[in-house]
Amino acid sequence: MDNKLEQIVQALQEKFKAQGEEFRGEAHVLVGAGQIVEVLTWLRDQQNFELLSAMTAVDYCPQEEPRFHVVYQLTSVANNLSLMLRIPVNGDKPEVPTATGVFGNAIWREREIWDMFGVRFAGHPDPRRILMPPDWEGHPLRKDYPLGYEEPQFTFNFEEIDLRKPYAKE
Amino acid sequence: MTQLEEVTLDELKHLVSNRAIQGDTMMLNMGPQHPATHGVLRLLLELDGEIIVNCIPDIGFLHTGIEKNMEAKTYQKAEVMTDRLDYLNTVGNNLAYCMAVEKLVDLDVPPRGQVLRVLLTELQRIASHLVWIGTHCLDLAAMSMFMYTFREREQILDILELVSGQRMMTTYFRPGGVWRDVPVEFKKAVRDFIKIFPKRLDEYEALLTRNPFILDRLLGIGKLTREKALSFGVTGPILRACGVDWDLRKKRPYMGYEEYDFDVPIRTEGDNYARYLVRMQEMRESLKIVEQALNKLPMGPVRSDNRKFVPPPRSEIGTSMEALIHHFKLWTEGFNAPKASIYSAIEGPRGELGVYLEGDGGPKPYRVHLRTPSFENVGVIPEICKGYLVADLIAIIGSIDFVLGDIDR
Amino acid sequence: MGIEQKLGNMGVVTTTLEGVVNWSRTRAMWPMLFGLACCAIEMMSAQAPNYDMSRFGMELMRASPRQSDLMIVAGRVSRKMGPVLRRLYDQMPEPKWVLAMGDCASCGGVFNNYAIYQGVDEVVPVDVYVAGCPPRPEALIHGVMTLYEKVKSEKFRDLAAKA
Repeated sequence: MDNKLEQIVQALQEKFKAQGEEFRGEAHVLVGAGQIVEVLTWLRDQQNFELLSAMTAVDYCPQEEPRFHVVYQLTSVANNLSLMLRIPVNGDKPEVPTATGVFGNAIWREREIWDMFGVRFAGHPDPRRILMPPDWEGHPLRKDYPLGYEEPQFTFNFEEIDLRKPYAKE
Repeated sequence: MTQLEEVTLDELKHLVSNRAIQGDTMMLNMGPQHPATHGVLRLLLELDGEIIVNCIPDIGFLHTGIEKNMEAKTYQKAEVMTDRLDYLNTVGNNLAYCMAVEKLVDLDVPPRGQVLRVLLTELQRIASHLVWIGTHCLDLAAMSMFMYTFREREQILDILELVSGQRMMTTYFRPGGVWRDVPVEFKKAVRDFIKIFPKRLDEYEALLTRNPFILDRLLGIGKLTREKALSFGVTGPILRACGVDWDLRKKRPYMGYEEYDFDVPIRTEGDNYARYLVRMQEMRESLKIVEQALNKLPMGPVRSDNRKFVPPPRSEIGTSMEALIHHFKLWTEGFNAPKASIYSAIEGPRGELGVYLEGDGGPKPYRVHLRTPSFENVGVIPEICKGYLVADLIAIIGSIDFVLGDIDR
Repeated sequence: MGIEQKLGNMGVVTTTLEGVVNWSRTRAMWPMLFGLACCAIEMMSAQAPNYDMSRFGMELMRASPRQSDLMIVAGRVSRKMGPVLRRLYDQMPEPKWVLAMGDCASCGGVFNNYAIYQGVDEVVPVDVYVAGCPPRPEALIHGVMTLYEKVKSEKFRDLAAKA
């Protein structure tokens, strides 16, 4: 890992009681959900991490505590560094404070995480579904949501699938 | 099948200005099917006459569930889905995914494979920018540019078909290298392209760059400041047109990009015209890289020979027992990745194309998230189109150059 | 009667009304611009000079459904887009045809999941399916020629029965 990056991870561990890890030269830092806005603001203002490259979530389904991890990938254009932050979120009533005040693209990214995972963002200005239709039920990227696989129509089962397929009328 | 949802003003009350609720301004739906939104993007415009007061993009009309579908396939088979994301930069998508898998399982690519990857990625970048300029000028009513640029693009697609058999969704790059070596006609085809392309670019620039109509429609429109661009996570030519020197090929070189001699065009104005100039110059720089790659193409294998991840060639299977076992295991089960997560990004024609890949020790990816550049780029459109005319919005949309497959995945 | 006299010594030119109407419908069929995803790029390539579709009558692509006869569904149709597609199909005036271009429009293609209609024939009735991912421009032109064969063999009484 880069020297500067090591110092930043050290500072995060001391100031915010985060846990830092390294894998293949990348720095992954686990932060508590309540502190995320502070951490992001500190990283953006003091350490020049101006770009929120990516923001996503992961579902560790059968495991309830924590069920989700919300992942933030930060990039520093000025110093050419990059850092991954992870927040553990619980399974029942998952909620995280919003980062829209810190980075502008968090507005849409948080809407996407709400749509796909069902993680609420407290204080988000526009909590609507973004990718699925507005009346869709369920959160597709959760592990307990089915893929929606339809049996392929080969010659041996052609007629039986033909009968059940919802063809359009005129 | 659900009925068409009418989005009423009540749901959007928090997004539109007070004037809309009073009836002072008009809400216009620039619907999913529209010739000027490049793809199925819906824009709800709040108009005061012809001037835009507010613009609310509505995406999701092409949502394909690629991320969830990739979790159900093994690492090799999931690569097929990555082609269909940003369908103008298919080779680049494959590269981003393959680099992520290689980083996760710690696999090396031999030099010939790296040079071939760089060559084809840069050719794909040129093809993508050609579609951009063709459709951008089509929207600005300069229809003949569309015809010219697609003529060049056909030559590039012929090269891609020569190496992989498919014009667009090639899946030519595989984890460990490329699928197989290029045929004998490859060098000549690429050299022919390198010979004619600079003159064609000169023709396009002579037609467009100092053209008063183009200047009228692009100069000073859609200004984006540096701070806003960074805050909204915008990357790629849009960021470079705002004065930020950030190109992943130079700052975090991958696949041997540090050995090529090319410049990254930067401009400071941040308007449509600056983005136009940046992309035109990028096409020239990409052509330089293609020529250098072709000249330095080394001999050797094109794919790694780590048999735990790369299937052995057919000739070996008849003679070696391990090769047979590896072949069997790789095609029935697939290779296992460690229980860890990585993020790996490349510089695509639209910006930073990143892949967040998390493995769980098994043969299928546990979570794949594709950080696509167009998602952030479209998010910045509401900020830069306020106060302009509807016709300027068309020019801004063309200049931002997004692809809907990228946004909705 | 009158036209043969005016043509003089051209011999006898007879045809059926059906033949003329069907011939004219195929000679200038205007597709509606309905490119959704990757197949749209191949549709644009088919319109471009290398594989010119205007040789086959598709000179223009009309954006408005009220002015087009053919809807080429090029690309994958997601759950959010389905109602929009149906509405546009209803807005097209008779006679209209639908060509499902590509694997995703024909049968769901690579994407067998919750978000994509497994074939656009769940939304609109389709006349011709063109396979490929994406189909080459020549394949699209072959699909269009197949549609022309179909149109040429249409009978008036079938159209009357439909109405």
